[in-house]
Amino acid sequence: MPSLLFYFFAFLTLGFGLLVVTAHNPVTSALSLAASFVGLAALFISLDAYFIGTIQILVYAGAVMVLFLFIIMLLDIKAESGKKLNLAAVVGGIVLAAVLAVQVATVSTSLSLGGKTLNEVPLTLQKAGTEMAAGKLNLPTISNDLKAGTLPDTKLMGLTLFSKYGFHLQVIGLLLLVGTVGVVVLSKREKEATR
Amino acid sequence: MITLNHYLIVSAMLFALGLAGVVARRNIIIIYMCLEMMLSAANLTLVAFSRFHLVDGLPDYSAQALVFFTITVAAAEVAVGLAVIVALFRSKQSVDVEAVSKLQG
Repeated sequence: MPSLLFYFFAFLTLGFGLLVVTAHNPVTSALSLAASFVGLAALFISLDAYFIGTIQILVYAGAVMVLFLFIIMLLDIKAESGKKLNLAAVVGGIVLAAVLAVQVATVSTSLSLGGKTLNEVPLTLQKAGTEMAAGKLNLPTISNDLKAGTLPDTKLMGLTLFSKYGFHLQVIGLLLLVGTVGVVVLSKREKEATR
Repeated sequence: MITLNHYLIVSAMLFALGLAGVVARRNIIIIYMCLEMMLSAANLTLVAFSRFHLVDGLPDYSAQALVFFTITVAAAEVAVGLAVIVALFRSKQSVDVEAVSKLQG
């Protein structure tokens, strides 16, 4: 990915992220967050994570943000105007954030992997393809793609999820079920209240 | 050229922005959005390390599986959290966190 595109999408992500925190109107915040997530999805795609980038757009920028906007409009929340800001909280937030950013910057510069560019750690697709074809677990649909020099990102993701993390996937499914039941229970009006 | 450090610093800045928002803002819906931003920043770190730490010449898909799980949990969390916010709004008619102070001694 050219440097210019990286900087463009990084500024898109961080700029709209700043707008989320500073905007007075919740609708502005929600739409900025959606734009920020689109920039983040582009960064994911620049890291050869096509599947993650796609679900970032579909799940976050699509489903989650629609849910946020829906709640904001349902509750009819107005922009908070005229309220004085809690100065201690604002200063505390900025200081905390600055300390964290400096900490991460310090750690990352001492990382041995940190100075590598994407070209210095190239994907060796053909080699991985031949290794997979010769190995015990050979899925031709993946190894043929690899030999042809393309990265079958979604297929490899599926292979990992359903072989290595099959149990975890089922636990996550259960979590979603519990979440759905929980939301229904929370949103249901109690019988005494309606009487 | 773009190195791993660039991605890590973008991720740290995004996380810091989210953290500042959670501490400084009082609108509970915006606090939720900032939480989502922090989760996404963590995802960016995971994906960056997955690409730069190769396993057999391919990205480390264990990290991306973890990102997949994080996104799922975040979606469930938003659904439940917003239901809690709606319930809160019904009883307090406000989404300001300072409207809820019953446990504040």
